[in-house]
Amino acid sequence: MSVAVHPNPSHGPQGAAVETEHGHEHDNGSLYVLGFWLFIIQDLILFSCLFATYLVMQGRTAGGPTPKELFDVPGFSWETFLLLTSSFTCGLATFQLRRGKAASTIGWLVVTVLLGLGFVGLEANEFVTNALEGATMQRSGFLSAFYTLVGTHGCHVSLGIGWVILLMIQLARRGVTPVTFRKVFIWSIYWHFLDIVWVFIYTAVYLNGLAR
Amino acid sequence: MESTHSAHAGRFPWAHIVGYILSLVLTAAAFWLVLAHKAGLATTLVVIVLLGVLQILVQLFFFMHITESDGPAWHTVMLLVGFLFVVAIVGGSIWIMSFGGQVVA
Amino acid sequence: MLEQVKDFASHFFVTGDPLIYGADVSIVVVSLAIIFVLTYFKRWGWLWREWLTTVDHKRIGIMYLIAALLMLFRGGVDGLLMRTQLALPNLHFLEAEHYDQIFTTHGTIMILFMAMPFIFALFNIVVPLQIGARDVAFPYLNAISFWLFFFGALLLNISFVIGGSPDAGWVSYPPLAELGFDPGPGENFYLLAILISGIGSVATGINFMATILKMRAPGMTLMRMPMFTWSVLVTSMIIIFAFPALTVALALLFIDRLVGAHFFTLTGGGDPMQFVNLFWIWGHPEVYIVILPAFGVFSEVVATFSRKRLFGYSAMVASLVLIGIVSYLVWVHHFFTMGASADVNTFFAIASMVIAIPTGVKIFNWLFTMYKGRIRMTMPMLWTIAFVPCFAIGGATGVMLAVAPADYQYHNSYFLIAHFHQVLIGGVVFGMLAGMYYWWPKMFGFKLDERIGRWAFWFFNIGFYVCFMPQYALGFMGMTRRMYTYPEGLGWGPLNFISTIGAYMMGIGFIILVWDIVYSIRYGERDLTGDPWDGRTLEWSLPSPAPHYNFARIPVVTGRDAWWIMKYQMKPEERPDLGPIRPIHMPKNSGRPFIMGVAFFVSGFGFVFNWFVPAIAGLVVVVLCLILRSFEYDAEYYIPVHEIEETEAALGRL
Ligand code: HEM
Ligand SMILES: [Cu+2]
Repeated sequence: MSVAVHPNPSHGPQGAAVETEHGHEHDNGSLYVLGFWLFIIQDLILFSCLFATYLVMQGRTAGGPTPKELFDVPGFSWETFLLLTSSFTCGLATFQLRRGKAASTIGWLVVTVLLGLGFVGLEANEFVTNALEGATMQRSGFLSAFYTLVGTHGCHVSLGIGWVILLMIQLARRGVTPVTFRKVFIWSIYWHFLDIVWVFIYTAVYLNGLAR
Repeated sequence: MESTHSAHAGRFPWAHIVGYILSLVLTAAAFWLVLAHKAGLATTLVVIVLLGVLQILVQLFFFMHITESDGPAWHTVMLLVGFLFVVAIVGGSIWIMSFGGQVVA
Repeated sequence: MLEQVKDFASHFFVTGDPLIYGADVSIVVVSLAIIFVLTYFKRWGWLWREWLTTVDHKRIGIMYLIAALLMLFRGGVDGLLMRTQLALPNLHFLEAEHYDQIFTTHGTIMILFMAMPFIFALFNIVVPLQIGARDVAFPYLNAISFWLFFFGALLLNISFVIGGSPDAGWVSYPPLAELGFDPGPGENFYLLAILISGIGSVATGINFMATILKMRAPGMTLMRMPMFTWSVLVTSMIIIFAFPALTVALALLFIDRLVGAHFFTLTGGGDPMQFVNLFWIWGHPEVYIVILPAFGVFSEVVATFSRKRLFGYSAMVASLVLIGIVSYLVWVHHFFTMGASADVNTFFAIASMVIAIPTGVKIFNWLFTMYKGRIRMTMPMLWTIAFVPCFAIGGATGVMLAVAPADYQYHNSYFLIAHFHQVLIGGVVFGMLAGMYYWWPKMFGFKLDERIGRWAFWFFNIGFYVCFMPQYALGFMGMTRRMYTYPEGLGWGPLNFISTIGAYMMGIGFIILVWDIVYSIRYGERDLTGDPWDGRTLEWSLPSPAPHYNFARIPVVTGRDAWWIMKYQMKPEERPDLGPIRPIHMPKNSGRPFIMGVAFFVSGFGFVFNWFVPAIAGLVVVVLCLILRSFEYDAEYYIPVHEIEETEAALGRL
């Protein structure tokens, strides 16, 4: 387990007040990291509202396909595997980042992005296949909730891919500086968070649907 | 900053590898439990949710460096309160919207 | 061709009502006047450089304040129109549809576009100064929050003349708010306006939480923070936890309307009650979001004008935090009558009543602070003292409503209306006005006139009771909310008439308040000391208005009421050495937050009418702004020492 090291060690003594000299440290990593955690927490609540809605609506199929009929086991298993693996490679990227190695950080980020793209591709494929079979969002309350929950996660993943591409450009140009370090570190929190959300989609949507 | 980072980052990312293996094992366990239909519905659901919670812990500790912070760990406090509210939202909604079993979807 | 244009225009612009033509004319006239004044006095550059692109928390706060007062006016006019319609039985001043629109915009504006910006105004103006910081944690984000709020509010308000106002109530329950029953663009305006400004609100919550947790001056431990800052901290926490629920509720309703999904429809397996559930997961915490900052204001005001330390500081903090947590576990009390199981109603009824306990603790602490204090009856103190009985009654009727079986009687009656206006006006509005009077000199460098202020106060305060006390009785007599007229012979006439008189008194109070501001701009007492009230907290250690970097040197805090200690208790030789003045690191101004606001507005407007080209184009511009920001590495600059020294010398501080 990692030892407590804050991403930007340029601060002085710790305590209630971190900022002493300036209103804004130029590369005040810990402030940004806290801010980003707070963003993650609001996202957590957002997803939990979507989960709550899905769980309330999963039985409301209005004569359309039920979860059991809809879910494609190999499909979502591969999606899960890709995303879990990408979370791992993302961890490796931050590992290299901490060692100050820009090139290998970028390397692992590229792998992560490819895995992420694979995930998004599979999901898009799943959605299109379902829709062509008539299981569209308009078919039932269950399907509205399903597409919205899973799709919101998919949008987050796609956004994460776009975002990290911007960061890779900056890493390539500037190397590992306190600022690029902080940016990539924050992105990695985002990516792992999406993995957590997916684990619950996997559990509460797919496995839950199949168990019934 | 080089030195501080490499001080904790060893030569080989053991933590990440352990975390990865754990997450695969937990996922596979849930998968197996459901597809093999080894237990009743209620038990299955409880167990897979617990496995999911373990997965959160794996991600938080092995990958997300939850323990890292500069000064007091406010994000951890907020995260804990957040989890409480997640339970309130999800559990509460299911409880409320079941209408005491009087309304059938 | 001409026919098509005519046809389009008659749908696009709202037509047929003289009130609306009046509004059209006044909008055009006011816009032209503003353009003329700015051009004539060559102020465009000034407006852009000093205000539209600013990232200074003090200026952003002032812009929030102006917006909040404008929205209080608009919402107030809505309220007076409704009260006029209800003054006598069988009136036809407003037709049913128009009445529906007005109560919808009234509620939406008052909660989301009046109360929210008002609390954000005080957050911005006060918090960094109170904790000894130079700005908020993320000043650029702060500007984005403001412009999202601003353009969200604009989007809602524009519905009055373009497209038509929303009319499904401020809670916008489906199925009524679904496309089938409410096809016009009004409901879309409601949804998109709140979604856009909601993003800004969450960002503000994050911003202030990070600011307070990370940017306090050295020595200011949590338990030394001023009580207003504490209230902002807890409020920010609730914002972060509550607003996403609103986003989801509205977004799902929007998806229903846009693509025909079945979340909340009656057919296709939808469940309208899930919307109600989600809405109030946000809705109840929201009432605490707006009341807690008011509590913070009262704590500051009471201590300052009683010349005493705040009584029971730790109990105050504990009750704030407790309210913050429990407020999240009571939401069902807004829909007891929906028919959830008895266990559910029991649980939420008890949780609701529990909240009254920490609230009561706070009331007693304010009273004990005043006890044996040397009380000065200034305007902020008057509003505070008026708040206490008003809120006590509002809380008591709240507990009555929280008795689930009894709520079957009260629910959606005028009793409920009276309850929440009592807590919202007597709590939030009184609190915000107290805060405005209190910190006005800090914002602008002069005090508001006390004599005129008193007239405004008494009109508003007496008007309040005259307006709302009869409504409790009307509720008991069976008058339900949202009825646009009522027949004779039910005995409701006299009470309604009295209520309307009260409403007009409040309107007069508001006009006098505006007059107070206008008068004081010219004649108000100038504040040359920076400490006009003999204050206790750090903001009063600065000149009024504070220089843009706030503190030339960051102060060192040695106890609660830091400025009081520095002023009266510390011998000069005990003062900590703050060292020489050093260059100050500040964020640069940026036009991008404003542009993002415009882009969101364009996109939102596009979605309202299902015009996908502007809808997507706006979003593309937003993404471009985000990308540009990601590549921006020189968003900050240093103020050199000599410039700081000159500024400080000019302020007489060196
Ligand atoms: C002791 C504390 C309080 C309790 C126990 C309480 C209880 C309640 C209950 C049970 C209702 C729903 C009644 C019904 O719909 O039949 C209600 C409505 C309402 N309350 Fe309170 N309340 C309290 C304080 C507040 C505060 C502090 C505010 C705002 C600052 C507030 C604002 C509102 C609003 C806006 C509504 C009505 C919303 C609507 O239906 O449009 N309440 N309250
Ligand atoms: Cu409530």
